[in-house]
Amino acid sequence: MYVSPVRETLITGNKTYKDVTNDISNPVEGKPGKFWYLGITISVIALFFGLFATIITIWYGIGTWGLNKTIGWGFSITTFVWWIGIGHAGTFISAILLLFRQRWRTSINRAAEAMTIFAVLCASVFPLIHMGRILLFFFMFPYPNTRHLWVNFNSPLLWDVFAITTYFIVSLLFWYMGLLPDLGSLRDRAKTRMRKISYRLLSFGWTGSMKHWQRHEILSLMLAGLAAPLVLSVHSIVSFDFATSVIPGWHTTIFPPYFVAGAIFSGFAMVQTLMIITRKALHLENYITLGHISSMNKIIILTGSIVGVAYLTELFMAWYSGVEYEHYAFINRATGPYWFAYWIMMTCNVVSPQLFWFKKIRRNPMITFVISIFINIGMWFERFVIIVTSLHRDYLPSSWSIYKPTIIEIGLFIGTLGLFFTGYFLFIKFFPVIAIAEVKSIIIVDRSKKQVKNADSEK
Amino acid sequence: MKIYWKGFEELREANDKATGNEFPHELPIVLNKQSKGSSRRDFLKTFGFTIAGATIAASCERPITKAIPFLIKPEEIIPGKSNYYASTFFDGELHQSILVKVRDGRPIKIEGNDLAPMSNGGTNGIVQGSVLELYDNNRYRGPLSHGEEVSWEDLDKKISEQMAGADGKIVLLSGGIISPTTNNSIKEFLSAYDNSEHIVYDPVSHNSIREANHQVFGLNSIPEYRFDKAEVILSFGADFLGTWISPTEFSFQYIQNRKPTEDNPAMSRHIQIESGMSMTGSNADQRITIKPSREKAILANLLAFLINESELDSFTGKLPESPIDIKVLAEELLNHKNKSLVICGSNDTESQMMVNGINYLLGSYGNTINFDRSLHSCQGVDSSIENLVKEMNEGKVSGIIFYNSNPAYDYSDRDAFLKGFQNLDFSISLSYTTDETSKLCQFVCPDHHFLESWNDAEPKDGLFSLCQPAIRNIFNTRQAQESLLTWTGKDVAFDDYLKKFWEENIYPLSGSDMDFRAFWNKYLHDGILEIPASSKLKPSIGSGQLLEILGSLALEKEGETELILYTPVSVGTGKHANNPWLQENPDPVSKVVWDNYAAVSPKYADENGLNTGDVIKINGKYEIPVLLQPGQMYGTISVALGYGREEGGKASIGTGRNFYPLVRTEKGQRKYFSTVEFEKTGKTYDLASTQMHHSMEGRALIRETNLDEYKKDPAAGNEIHEEIELRLDSLYEKHEFAGHHWGLSVDLSSCTGCNACVVACNAENNVPVVGKEQVKLGREMHWIRIDRYYSGDPESPEVLRQPVMCQHCDNAPCENVCPVAATTRSSEGVNQMIYNRCVGTRYCNNNCPYKVRRFNWFDFNKADSIPKNTVDPFDLTLDLPRMVLNPDVTVRAKGVMEKCTFCLQRVQEKKLNAKLEDRVLEDGEIKTACQQVCPTQALTFGDLNDENSDLSKHVRNPRNYHLLEEIHTLPSVSYLTKIRNKSGEA
Repeated sequence: MYVSPVRETLITGNKTYKDVTNDISNPVEGKPGKFWYLGITISVIALFFGLFATIITIWYGIGTWGLNKTIGWGFSITTFVWWIGIGHAGTFISAILLLFRQRWRTSINRAAEAMTIFAVLCASVFPLIHMGRILLFFFMFPYPNTRHLWVNFNSPLLWDVFAITTYFIVSLLFWYMGLLPDLGSLRDRAKTRMRKISYRLLSFGWTGSMKHWQRHEILSLMLAGLAAPLVLSVHSIVSFDFATSVIPGWHTTIFPPYFVAGAIFSGFAMVQTLMIITRKALHLENYITLGHISSMNKIIILTGSIVGVAYLTELFMAWYSGVEYEHYAFINRATGPYWFAYWIMMTCNVVSPQLFWFKKIRRNPMITFVISIFINIGMWFERFVIIVTSLHRDYLPSSWSIYKPTIIEIGLFIGTLGLFFTGYFLFIKFFPVIAIAEVKSIIIVDRSKKQVKNADSEK
Repeated sequence: MKIYWKGFEELREANDKATGNEFPHELPIVLNKQSKGSSRRDFLKTFGFTIAGATIAASCERPITKAIPFLIKPEEIIPGKSNYYASTFFDGELHQSILVKVRDGRPIKIEGNDLAPMSNGGTNGIVQGSVLELYDNNRYRGPLSHGEEVSWEDLDKKISEQMAGADGKIVLLSGGIISPTTNNSIKEFLSAYDNSEHIVYDPVSHNSIREANHQVFGLNSIPEYRFDKAEVILSFGADFLGTWISPTEFSFQYIQNRKPTEDNPAMSRHIQIESGMSMTGSNADQRITIKPSREKAILANLLAFLINESELDSFTGKLPESPIDIKVLAEELLNHKNKSLVICGSNDTESQMMVNGINYLLGSYGNTINFDRSLHSCQGVDSSIENLVKEMNEGKVSGIIFYNSNPAYDYSDRDAFLKGFQNLDFSISLSYTTDETSKLCQFVCPDHHFLESWNDAEPKDGLFSLCQPAIRNIFNTRQAQESLLTWTGKDVAFDDYLKKFWEENIYPLSGSDMDFRAFWNKYLHDGILEIPASSKLKPSIGSGQLLEILGSLALEKEGETELILYTPVSVGTGKHANNPWLQENPDPVSKVVWDNYAAVSPKYADENGLNTGDVIKINGKYEIPVLLQPGQMYGTISVALGYGREEGGKASIGTGRNFYPLVRTEKGQRKYFSTVEFEKTGKTYDLASTQMHHSMEGRALIRETNLDEYKKDPAAGNEIHEEIELRLDSLYEKHEFAGHHWGLSVDLSSCTGCNACVVACNAENNVPVVGKEQVKLGREMHWIRIDRYYSGDPESPEVLRQPVMCQHCDNAPCENVCPVAATTRSSEGVNQMIYNRCVGTRYCNNNCPYKVRRFNWFDFNKADSIPKNTVDPFDLTLDLPRMVLNPDVTVRAKGVMEKCTFCLQRVQEKKLNAKLEDRVLEDGEIKTACQQVCPTQALTFGDLNDENSDLSKHVRNPRNYHLLEEIHTLPSVSYLTKIRNKSGEA
């Protein structure tokens, strides 16, 4: 294979094809460690807490939350947009980076796609649970009925329904389609009867024939083509929930690009958070190298800066438009009762990613991990600032109010974190976290060198 | 066709195809060999069908089996149509002639009687709320003797024995009575027992007015005030729009010459001198704050100035120093001689005598004050209850009958009363609902609620109003008058008694030429009978007498901190404290619900380190949370009476604190202010308020102007309107409404902020009560609210008010965001909610710039399919209170959005009536609940498509504007600018 003299080696440790299969399959086949058990226990507890909060919400009503006559959306929609944002990185990596022929994506796309699926799953909990009459959720779909009732195609919330379901289905297909060759490998390596049966079923009769590979490649490309515009459309549509309204702070034309950039920004931050732990826990340092971390950090700088510019543009427009309500909304963001949310957002989203201009920081897994957590927090607060801070003081000062979340709302948030991590832990236990087949296509094997156990670059 | 074949099978097949018999073989149906009996399969089929059928049948809703059709339909009742009966509300303080809306046998709403000269169809919040009190869970179910249920016969026997054997006095302690027939029955009762006495007791006394009139003019009465004839109104602490004597009447009069038009831009000027910020004060053109103890000094100076000006005499004695410059005031009053009115809210004879003198010198008598039709309320003499308590303690009283009075709660020296109570041989309560006094009484003989009663009223001389039952008594109760007559030994139904009394006394007075039957039917139908005023009384006063008043003045000492006790507009003196509608009706000024509080001026609070929510202890005993009230006089604390009930029910017990013990008595008169000391306790308390932010933030939400500017330019204050209209252009076509286009206009100048519309809306539209905790979270459900903003200096701010309900926008932001199209605009321009389509995303609420949408956070109405999740702190979902629900309006379930519908059910009803009668709907025929109740007629509903409608005239008025018109929502609701009369202000 051609080796670029300037490009960094993507997979270190001089891995052979066999090494790759072994390294990635071992965690799936072996017994999970203490860390895994601890993690999944905590996740399941969180999940059950969320389940409890869900039951309380459905039984007693949305009154169990801290919302009121002025603030109709709070923690739930904030968290919804946050999860949807996080769900953007997976498809971005697998679709857009595939189309741009970024080969380094192969080490992280599987986990990122899984993350996308779980994040979209978590996100979809909120539009459902926040409904006053959840049992009638099917009213949201345009199904034929004897009463000739139709949905309102003018409503951005309806666009959300279509955007998110489409995105979820395409992402799921893309992810699962990519899994097929690896599931075939696992089936072939399986020792126990249970494993043999389950992986046989899961691999859909993958044989690895040339025809299979050919179709697999074509489908990959087609799905990538389908998914790429979705990466841009989903969060644009989510941003329409706000942009098409009349509320100062929501009614902004900049929202679609700003939301998409923010989504990719937060998505990559979450990928960083997960991958830095995963590579350490599953000893995959040779596959997810500092080069990968650095590449992702570069995307974070770019999208983070777009977000920063968007914040400043909003401020400028509030002043330049001369609209007093708009003007007040932004002053209130920075100095009102929720000032802390605004400044957390500003520090975490605008200032912290700028540290990645320094190569040392960009290539440092520890600092990257910390900053990625900051970005996750900052992006949550960004949505909080947009939703709650805009709503709580809108047009008529007589209705101005304050919002405090209740334990039930926080419980739902924790519940989705539980759902997300339960899903992720099960994923790393039963599926290969790295696309074995795809990684094999980019490794360079120098048979003259002896195998090195650990990644040399990290010493 | 040539056939090629390989074998015989193929040949045969090819032949079949050629002959068109492509599918030659019969379908392989295997016939059931065992045709006799049923197979296992058949059994399963039947079994499955039965189970499925039973499941479906069981899950279907079943018909209500309790509905009983009329066997013989009463003549005037059509199921589903409402009947209106004229009646009268009187609770001992407040009188109003009303119409009771009865639907399928149940009174569900109260409207003002249009024929009533006192209220002109308006009502207030308390009257609106009284229909809920009919269905109060805490009403007595029947007569009680020592807490045990007994029959009326047994109880009457016991009571008669007790009364016959009484060695001391028998006292009937009643609230105010304005019914001539009731008074007659009391007279009969008194004459049957030698040693008996009737004492009238008003918890909040206005007796000084009677006393002063008696001393000055020899007339023991409260005159008729004519605010509509006054060009300058000077009020000393009288909350005449809210609670003082006859507020609904005064509100109507007051606003008559405060509606300037381009043709007649006249407007009265209202100056209020007071300590706390009252509702009336908040409407004044000029408001001056003083300490209550300084009021007399101002009055004395004013009187002396007027005496000296009048050239009748001159006052040379020493005058107390006035805290304000009275010269400007006096000159303004003198400039409007014969057209000014001075009133005073203090229960102090000297003050009232000086007010009489001032009014006399200003020529008010015969012009703005009349004795021809004196008011009959407020007869309670303060000293009589004082004496009664003394006699009770001396053991001179054998028994007391409590009729519409509750001294165990509202008498200031409660301990003395309770101690004296121990000495009674017997005690009888006629209360219809549980209260502090009836709980103490041996015998409870529950009265009917007034909506179950026959009665009459004479609120003013020669003005009669009849009261008829709108429902048969729900419980085993007996009308109080009937009880008294029974104990007198008369076995007579009160309706017969009433009829007889009218036949003998009032019919001859009226001079009617109808026979009595026709007369009775007519006035029972109308509810109102007016007999021409008999004489023209013109009171006079000598200048010597005036000098005498000034000479013998006893002044109060000025205290460092003075406490003012006032009657709150929302719940009154405490009689209605158990009414959740009233408790959740915000205070017109502070917007606080479910509580009383110590109102303190921001500056004074700051100096004493107080903040809203800090609990202070007054006189070392009475704890109360502080509220920073802009416009409160520095160094004063205002606290509302009427709270802190210990009995009554869930809505009244423990709501607020009882401050009646701080009412002091001086020279036989109850005083509602005193010098107090207070200390911080370090505790805090959360007050529930429906409005948290009090500044308009410089936004042009309420547009106001001054009368002088209005005269120059009728669009004054509203200049921006034209600018915005020009700027607003749309790519989209304007909405066309072919038939009607309903709209509402609100005259901000006329709205006094009394909140009667809020209660009326609750009653009309089944709006749930959510309770204090939910209001704290900002979840009150009111469909209409009155926004109140302050402007200017916090120590003496101006108050602005704006009723806000759904604006029914043509470009409604709520409509396009609903994913399920649950909120749409009708062909008549009404923005509608389709409750059963709503899934509760609350997106519409977020996108409503007016924030008028209300979400059902919990199952407030017990209308949800999930069991045991109802949030109903006041048991309003029990069967009894549910009877008040309006069957024309859906009761909303949990998770559904709701809002003002423009009273669509009323629109529909009138439209159908017009259609049945084959005529065009008239302008003004449809009245929304908020419009109908409004005592100042601030709201006008009508058709925007009808050029001649009152509404269209309002819309063409240069004062007209839309709220937030710059965002182009094109509301159907519009506002007329507020005009103040600042002319001649110093």
